[in-house]
Formats: sequence, C-alpha cells, structure tokens
Amino acid sequence: METTNKIRVLIAKPGLDGHDKGAKIVALALRDAGYEVIYSGLHQTLDQIIQTAGQEAVDVIGLSIMSGAHLPICEKLIAMMKEQGLNEIRLTVGGVIPFQDIPKLKEMGVAAVFPGGTSFEEITKGMNSLIER
Amino acid sequence: MIRLIEDNDPNVFELLKELYSHAGHAFIIGITGSPGVGKSTLIDALISEFRKLDLMVAVIAVDPTSPFSGGAILGDRLRMQRHATDKGVFIRSMASRGQKGGLSRATKDAAIVLDAMGYEMIIIETVGAGQADFDITTLAHSTGIVTIPGTGDGIQAVKAGILETGDVFIVNKSDKPDADASVYELKMMISMRKPPNLKVTRETDWTPRVLKTIAQNGTGVKELANAFLSHFDFMKKNSLMDQKRKEQELLYFKTILKDLTLEKLLLFMETSEEYREVLKKIQSCAIDPLSAAELVFNKVCAFEKKLIKDEI
Repeated sequence: METTNKIRVLIAKPGLDGHDKGAKIVALALRDAGYEVIYSGLHQTLDQIIQTAGQEAVDVIGLSIMSGAHLPICEKLIAMMKEQGLNEIRLTVGGVIPFQDIPKLKEMGVAAVFPGGTSFEEITKGMNSLIER
Repeated sequence: MIRLIEDNDPNVFELLKELYSHAGHAFIIGITGSPGVGKSTLIDALISEFRKLDLMVAVIAVDPTSPFSGGAILGDRLRMQRHATDKGVFIRSMASRGQKGGLSRATKDAAIVLDAMGYEMIIIETVGAGQADFDITTLAHSTGIVTIPGTGDGIQAVKAGILETGDVFIVNKSDKPDADASVYELKMMISMRKPPNLKVTRETDWTPRVLKTIAQNGTGVKELANAFLSHFDFMKKNSLMDQKRKEQELLYFKTILKDLTLEKLLLFMETSEEYREVLKKIQSCAIDPLSAAELVFNKVCAFEKKLIKDEI
C-alpha cells in the first residue's frame, strides 16, 4: 500500500484572548493546502495544548496569540514541550506579534513566526519548509 | 503508533499483530448521526459520566477529508477539550481520508491500539454522514444514533438503513419542539423491527432504547451512559458479545485481505506496461470497459503467478 503522509497541525489559542477568526481562517487555508488541522479552540491552557499535541501526534503546533503575552507563553510552552519529550514537534506563532519580538521568539526555539498580514501563501510555504527540513 | 497507522507505514502490520492479542477487553461504542445534531457535545458529556465510574475512556473522532485538497479540519475535539488534561481520557481525531461510510480501516486499527493500551470504553464518533452510514456497526459493540426533533415524518423512520442498525437512539436538543413526536416515531419503528432471519422476537434480542437528551447542559446523559452499560451487560449475559466479536473478526479479516489484494493489484498497475496500453485502448474506444476489466484481471492473475515463481 502506498504510504499517505499528511502533515498534522494543531491550531490553538492559548490564554484569555477571544479573537479566533484569524486562527479559523488559517485553519481553513491549511486545510486547502492539504493539511490535517486539529482545531482545539479558544482559551486553551498550556497543559491542554501539550496533551492535545501528544495525543494527536501533530507535526506542528500553531499558536494564535493576540494578547501581547507571546513571549512568556512561548517560553513556557517550549520548556513544557522539552519536558514532555515532544522534541520533534515544531512550534509556530501567529497573531499580533511586534516585529522586534520575532528574533527573540526564534531564539527561544519558535520555528516560524507569521505575524498578522502574512499571506496564506507565505504561511503554507513556511510550514512546508519546516516539515521538509 | 496511530500516526503510523494513518500514514500506512509498512511496519505497522507487525506491530498490530502483536497488539491484537492484548486487545479485546474494551467496550466499543459508536456514535453516529447527521452533522450538527450534537454528537461531539454528547460524547463530551458521556466522557464525564464514564469518568465518574472511574472507567478509562478513549475517543476516536473522525471528520471528513476534503475531496479537493486532501486536507481536513478536525474540530470534534473542540467540544471535548475540557478533558484534555485528564490522564484517564485519550482523544484522537482522525481524518476520513477518502473512505466512505464515515469510517476507515485505520479507525479499526486505532481502536485495537487503544484497546491494548487498556482503555475500557472506546467511543468512536463517525463523520456526520447520513442514512447509509452503518459501517460503524461492523466495529462498535453498541451503536448510538443521534437525531434531533423535527427531522422528518414517519417515513424517514421506517426507511431501511442506518435506523435499523442502532442499539440506542438519542433525540438530542430535546428542549426543541416536537421532541416527543420524534421519540414516539422512533419507538414505533423499533417495535416493528424484527431481527434478521427471524419471524418472532426472542428474549435474547436487545430492544433498542430511545432517550431524550440535552447534551449542552447534560440532561439525560446519565441515563444514556446507563443505557450503553446495560446493553453491554445484556450482551455479555446472553453471550452476544462473543458472537458479535466473531462476526467482526471475520469482517476485519476480509477487509485486510481485500486491502492486501488491492495492494498487489496496484503494484501491477503501477509497474505494468500492458496496463497502460489497456488504458489507452479504452480511451480510444478500441476496447469496451467490460472486456478491458476482464483482460486486466486475467493479466493480474498471471502476474501474481509470476511473482510467486520469482520468489521461489
């Protein structure tokens, strides 16, 4: 039988911000690009995100953050991912991310950042290149 | 492991064989029904009920794969996310990846894995397919069919197909008007349903339950959990469980065999020059599709023989 590798992505919104339109639209764009997108919804705790990523065996976690708390959230999540042995999963972040923070996020270990205004094409291209690497 | 199954990894077959001997203890519940009737929300509430009884619960939630892009949005989990951090609950979303009937063989394989992992209740949520979606009965021990009030008159209820296969019928969103009418119609349909090949109802035949629920606030869910558990007890008592298992094992065997056969066929199709020629002939109307299929089939048989010879 031919193998049918599909890229699995978890789209999650951590914390208290309630704006999920961006996350949903990105989920749709990724679906149209042939991804399997697990949409876990609003107000996720980091623990929920970690458990979900593990159970769903995803390749990529895509966080949508518009609360301004992206730095502490990513720092903590990356630490938890290491703790749980989820080393193969790549973390990406989108939402309202000031450009000056992008290098900081990358330094922490975030694989890619897609701030508001990034086109779908750039997102899917970016995601694809993460997986190929 | 489930990931390997989905991706059709060649190593998975051996692993599954090993796991199979550890499986067979779980009670598998199938939940099916049209899109938007509240299957996921209902399962969310069911998880809570089973957890109260200290049962380990696993959920496989199947959502459709897009026929155009091959992608999928798996959103059933969204409604169950409050259980994400409970160690006694395992939720896995799967995309249907083009299989009809709302269930793929990967689902069965995944259920074996979860069963072997020690989960006692496995709940499988199908794609909200519709009237012909009874694949689930070949996999689940007990099938719950979810409807909502006002979805049709008596004729819908007596149609053949999915409504004949349910063990528990759930009228969800029963705070909406006409819930009692739906319950009445379902009960009527059940009272007229006879077991296959039998003129009279035996004592050992389970009479399907009809229940009203409001999944959003949990009304009736405790009764629903009990209905599934009593169906489980009933099957065990009347040794129906063994019978069902045997039937399902046979079906599983047939499916695997079919897949393996297909694999050989595809191998032939991919590698054979003759196959491509037949395709061309069909397109240029040099041969009709029926004769072409016959021709190819004969070739496959010959091809298979050649393969065996090569191996020897």
